[in-house]
Amino acid sequence: MINRRVFLRNSALAMIGAGTAPLWLERALYAAGVPTPRKKILVAIFQRGAADGLNIVVPHGESAYYALRPTISVPRPSSAGDQAGKTAIDLDGFFGLHPSLAPLKPLFDQRHLAIVDAAGSPDPTRSHFDAQDYMESGTPGLKSTESGWMNRALPKPEGKVSPVRAVALGAELPRTLRGEEAAVAMRSIGAFQVRDPQAAAEFQQMFAASKDPLLQATARETFEAMAMLQTIQKQPYTPAAGAEYPRAPLGENLKQIAQLIKADVGMEMAFADIGNWDHHVQEVGQTADQGRLADLLRTFGQALSAFWTDMGDRMQDIAVVTMSEFGRTAKENGNRGTDHGHANCMFVMGGDIQGGKVYGKWPGLQPHQLYEGRDLFLTTDFRDVLGELVSRHSGNPSLQGVFPGYSPKFLGLV
Amino acid sequence: MRRTACWGLGIVLIVTAYAETASFSREVSGDDRIRQALNRLTFGPRPGDFAQVKSMGLKKWVDLQLHPERIPENPVLAEKLKPLDTLTMSAKDMVRNYPAPGIVKQMVDGRLPFPSDPDRRLMIEKIVKREEARQGDAGALAPDAPERRNLAGILSAGEIRSLRSGTPQERLAALEALPHDKQDNVIGALPPAMRQGLFAVAPPDLRRRIEFTAGPAQVVARDLQEAKILRAVYSNRQLEEVLTDFWFNHFNVFIDKGADHYLTTEYERDVIRPHVLGKFRDLLEATAKSPAMLFYLDNWESVGAATPAAFAGPNGQRRGLNENYGRELLELHTLGVDGGYTQKDVTEVARCFTGWTIERPNLGGGFRFAERQHDLGEKLVLGVKIPAGGGQKDGEKVLDIVARHPSTAHFISRELAQRFVADDPPPALVERMAQTFLKTDGDLRAVMQTMLDAREFWSQAAYQSKMKSPLEVVVSAVRASDGNVDFAQALVNQVAQLGEPLYRKIEPTGYSNTSREWMSTAGLMARMNFAVQLSGNKVPGVKVDQTPASTDIALGSPEFQKR
Repeated sequence: MINRRVFLRNSALAMIGAGTAPLWLERALYAAGVPTPRKKILVAIFQRGAADGLNIVVPHGESAYYALRPTISVPRPSSAGDQAGKTAIDLDGFFGLHPSLAPLKPLFDQRHLAIVDAAGSPDPTRSHFDAQDYMESGTPGLKSTESGWMNRALPKPEGKVSPVRAVALGAELPRTLRGEEAAVAMRSIGAFQVRDPQAAAEFQQMFAASKDPLLQATARETFEAMAMLQTIQKQPYTPAAGAEYPRAPLGENLKQIAQLIKADVGMEMAFADIGNWDHHVQEVGQTADQGRLADLLRTFGQALSAFWTDMGDRMQDIAVVTMSEFGRTAKENGNRGTDHGHANCMFVMGGDIQGGKVYGKWPGLQPHQLYEGRDLFLTTDFRDVLGELVSRHSGNPSLQGVFPGYSPKFLGLV
Repeated sequence: MRRTACWGLGIVLIVTAYAETASFSREVSGDDRIRQALNRLTFGPRPGDFAQVKSMGLKKWVDLQLHPERIPENPVLAEKLKPLDTLTMSAKDMVRNYPAPGIVKQMVDGRLPFPSDPDRRLMIEKIVKREEARQGDAGALAPDAPERRNLAGILSAGEIRSLRSGTPQERLAALEALPHDKQDNVIGALPPAMRQGLFAVAPPDLRRRIEFTAGPAQVVARDLQEAKILRAVYSNRQLEEVLTDFWFNHFNVFIDKGADHYLTTEYERDVIRPHVLGKFRDLLEATAKSPAMLFYLDNWESVGAATPAAFAGPNGQRRGLNENYGRELLELHTLGVDGGYTQKDVTEVARCFTGWTIERPNLGGGFRFAERQHDLGEKLVLGVKIPAGGGQKDGEKVLDIVARHPSTAHFISRELAQRFVADDPPPALVERMAQTFLKTDGDLRAVMQTMLDAREFWSQAAYQSKMKSPLEVVVSAVRASDGNVDFAQALVNQVAQLGEPLYRKIEPTGYSNTSREWMSTAGLMARMNFAVQLSGNKVPGVKVDQTPASTDIALGSPEFQKR
């Protein structure tokens, strides 16, 4: 299996006569100043641990929501002074944003932020591990899939491709980006170098001769990306328009993604994640703006909003999509928290996104409307959202290869 | 032309696939067998290990590793572990001797006693005074250089100058020349960079005081992490160390989740380590009753519906069932996700474990069964009826059922084979191991023995096929280069840089046992940088043998990343 990936990639490259170009030529191709056509960029953010969608996009028009969550619900929007910042921020008279997501409200009003509710993976599993795996592979219920949806979504290369066309921020390459196309994981742009150039040259030769094909291919990707990033590393980065990224890993990682985008190094797909959403206990504090969920959402909202501000006009070419492996129980549990549930919400933002609207059919929260009698029912498959972005934003026409066995139904997001 | 290429590719794929299946039955021979044993059953060979195994005989050596109690422990290890005194403390003692800020406050307020050791008490009181002074002075300090101002309050300009100039050793001498009671205040006022510089050259007892002054609660996690590296590097009972790592990871807990900060040390020491070659049922019950696991997977707060405790939450709020432990017990600890259970089983298991809680978790308390939280009704778990009124026995019955379930035998065997043999272990091997598991009532030593008797373990397909984890690559590099570890914190940081922060895997899945987990550009980059740093003796606290030329290249080579 491992061999297959390398074989396919290397032989594909060999057939089109690339892949054997010397490094100096690649550097020349990507050197600063050489105009490269601006590509569409897709950024995926994974909320690991199953975020509580019902407290993020609050169905304040649904009375059952308040009945199911007597102590941890987000109160209905209110203009009363003493309630400021503690209630849902109304979106359309029925749904509202969690108060920590106030920085995203202007984006929604400007129609650049769309929300898809009651969305997620149709697989019934409530295992974090399996559910993340299914969402990242893009094939719910099918464990044998080796690659991730985002890797398969990379448009087939025409001629030379950038070694950093797909980037994940973090120490390890996530499942979402694994596959036949080259994809790079990095902790940060600055740290992506072997500090001893002489040793680096020797390592490069040794790994090129390694008998382990996967190790050899990973090393090749590493050295190619390293050569490309050398030019960016020397430039200090200042976000535009006074954008302030929160001092948290997601903030840092989105800032790195922004820097890569502005460096025009041919990045087409980027991935970052934010963990710690598994709020079985003390999800909500004394008021809705306090507690673990509120704190995490503050980072989340600020990071997305800073990215938007920083990107400015470039946002025309960028779409950002968020997802989490499943939602949480409609009913609160015994510890001011929630247990593993089913459907969730997804955020989509970008210049070409038809925002300002909550998409998806609302299934209701009455007992007979709940999935297995306990969770939000799923009405939109996450592949509908991702499929539309891959097809109409990134311009990859062959969704069959990206989501095998499934035909995404577009919602009109792009 | 293109057709020929595709045709050729097809043949290669078939041949490769065939070769892979075939070679699990062809064993490696001679010296390669010794290398295989050292690579898989230890954290990598040290110079001399190969010759030692050869002269002892491989079979005898493997047998000894399966009986760690018969191996005399390395006295160097005991010496290195000695200063790390939290390793032998109970969680209760740790809370008081290495208090977090909240506990210090309770001591100052007289709600908790200070530690009985007068020195320790003095150190804690000094921390309190320093904090009070810092907060009291906050308005008066120049915002640009608060530390300098603090140091200036303690030392003369000349003394400060000598602390700031010269070689690290000269600075250390300047610190040690100060009167003893002044030293702690100075340490507390040092800027972090200066403190780290002194730390690197300080003798162990001074290092300890520097750590304590910087933050007593931090010491607990540092000791545990350092000990993991030191044991992996120095222990003669290598297989026990490898298995402790495996089983901790299997029953993962996360040290930064609240009370687990103080509960993880005893968890590894008293729950995991004693059982790694014992009975699975014992190991499972030890984890189920451990405060660390009860806290990590929230079971300590799970309350049965309609029990007295359900109506007695703070502010008259109702409490109830929490499924977290019930689910992970089935999915990750025993049956495996495909082991044949339903959502209903998860809920029923969670009901059985209501009342399994902790006596004052934040003070390091132990297991307690709380009748008032327990769901007294009848339960049905995996088709087995558990009659009403069983109390604490309900949970124990669940453990009986799942520990002896065939799905568990397979799941555990496959995980072991994945760690020790190959990413995709041959099903026939897993089956034989599972049979041993079932026949011996989950005797983990017997299961290991079956695996080590199997030709698959010694096969060409297994040999050198696994990518080392970050812990394995860091420790094996230190061992291979005959490194002497004075203190291990920098190595701990390296392991985290490579992608495996120790005791800090948030998810209950633990780290993956497969190679793929560790195959990434960022990881590879970090490995090459580590090789360069270690071999150049630039990792603080570690001295390696630099006599073989180009050690950096050897330690960063593709071959060294495999085991």
